[in-house]
Amino acid sequence: MELKNRQLRDIYVDLLLHYAGIHENLVIVEADLMKALKTTLFQEKYPHRTVNVGVAEANMIGVAAGLANMGKLPFTHTFTPFASRRVFDQVALSVCYAKLNVKMCGSDPGVMAMLNGGTHMSFEDVGLMRGLPGMTIIEPVDGVQLAALFPQIIDHDGPVYIRLLRQEFDPIYEEGTSFSLGKGVLIAQGTDATIVSTGIMVKEALDARAILLNEGIDVSVVNIHTIKPIDAALIVEEAKRTGAIVTAENHFIANGLGSAVAEILVEQHPVPMERIGIKDHFGEVGKKDFLMEKYGLKAVDIAQAVRKAIKRKKKEGTRV
Amino acid sequence: MDKRIFLEEKAREIRKGILHAIGNLGVGHIGGSLSIADCLAVLYFEHMNIDPANPKKADRDRFVLSKGHGGPAVYATLALKGYFPMALLDTLNASNTKLPSHTDMNKTPGIDMTTGSLGQGFSAAVGMATALQMDRSDAKIYALIGDGESQEGQIWEAAMFAGSRKLDTLIAFTDNNRMQIDGTVGEINNIEPLRDKWVAFNWDVQEIDGHDVIAISEAIARAKKTKNKPSMIILNTVKGKGAAFCEGKVASHNMPVTKDMAKDAIERL
Repeated sequence: MELKNRQLRDIYVDLLLHYAGIHENLVIVEADLMKALKTTLFQEKYPHRTVNVGVAEANMIGVAAGLANMGKLPFTHTFTPFASRRVFDQVALSVCYAKLNVKMCGSDPGVMAMLNGGTHMSFEDVGLMRGLPGMTIIEPVDGVQLAALFPQIIDHDGPVYIRLLRQEFDPIYEEGTSFSLGKGVLIAQGTDATIVSTGIMVKEALDARAILLNEGIDVSVVNIHTIKPIDAALIVEEAKRTGAIVTAENHFIANGLGSAVAEILVEQHPVPMERIGIKDHFGEVGKKDFLMEKYGLKAVDIAQAVRKAIKRKKKEGTRV
Repeated sequence: MDKRIFLEEKAREIRKGILHAIGNLGVGHIGGSLSIADCLAVLYFEHMNIDPANPKKADRDRFVLSKGHGGPAVYATLALKGYFPMALLDTLNASNTKLPSHTDMNKTPGIDMTTGSLGQGFSAAVGMATALQMDRSDAKIYALIGDGESQEGQIWEAAMFAGSRKLDTLIAFTDNNRMQIDGTVGEINNIEPLRDKWVAFNWDVQEIDGHDVIAISEAIARAKKTKNKPSMIILNTVKGKGAAFCEGKVASHNMPVTKDMAKDAIERL
């Protein structure tokens, strides 16, 4: 399977088709966005395993829960805001509380909603899902990572929220790289601070690392693809080693990756920490670069946060 | 034994179980539990293909109580059917109970779907019936919704899809007792004309006396034979049916019931 130079949706649908051949109970449940994610290709091959409920996301989640209750393995698809806030009670009760094995894919996370604008821009979806017992949250960064995690998502008996890029992505990993659900990835190891990043922010974190290296600052870059349950051990290990943490996420700085990391640090190893992410505001129409610059999500913003964290470390020291 | 006498006796025993359990606890959803006792008697003691000794039997029929607060009625039915001892009814809503206020399939043997947030169980039932349709199964999904619950938008999302999908694996009931927490359904947010609504959503619709066990039995038999349409059986019922202290009273939705009130009502059944 070609895992680079393609849109992520094409890889995702290839994976769905591949594993549908192995798992006869795999079905898809849709709410009139099949053309967006191109799950129409799945429907062509498996019309009887495709359920499109129309523009009715709450019913999509309920129907998926019912299918799971009968032994099917449903994957639901819509945009992130409609996969999370619009159906939160259904996900909470019909899926999580009922302990049903539903895989829920939300595409176009955060600023990646771009020209669909503020109504379609979810900065709170990870926060919502993080509040649900039993939920697993995955944000794959590229095709290689998605392909490696996909069979693990299938094998995991429990609800999974997949925060999926839909179109172009920045390839981060070499083909054949392996990943484990729940385990973070130390992409680069430094000594002065650690950037903990997810999704589109991984590339920005790596670019920030390059900027800082020119200044003689050597930072670690961690990629957290499983936001819940999060790899606390790796974060604590990095906090102990570098003594300063900066988180970077395409999400509200409250309740998402930054909050998850802060919770771990406060309880286990407090060190100076800064968060890069969306501040307390809604989204708006705009292309990726415009929005990332406006909202302070670029490598330069991360680099600035790292300098601040290191300054604090020197001033305040770290507490062991 | 005459079918009517047999099923009416089962419904009476279910009502006794409901009154006993809620009286023992001191408070509960008595009204909407008593109103569905006759439907449950007919389902569990005549129509459903189930085995209390094997609650997870693969090819079984399933029942989803979308108005999950009617849990006590289903618990009384399951106990009577032999899924667990009658004595377990004494543990309704007790700490660490297997019988929570709203039905939970992970806690109670014989419960087929976890419900409690109104509207959601019905969508799940539609999904379950969709699975049966995919597998060309002869089994049925039975689902029961409330008339107050029918004010939830999700009911109509699910209804539209089931009609569109010609889901004849689904047989649903509306407990049309015409009351909800804050008053009568007609006053609060009128759902009438109810029959016309379901017809418009492409369902086969029957409207019957929800306390006439033979009418219920015949309606289910007809629904089982209905092809290419989901079935809605509107049960015209009385909230709190069978217990004078709450029958036909809006307050019966969730009210205090003493052991003496329960005992007295049981004796009068």
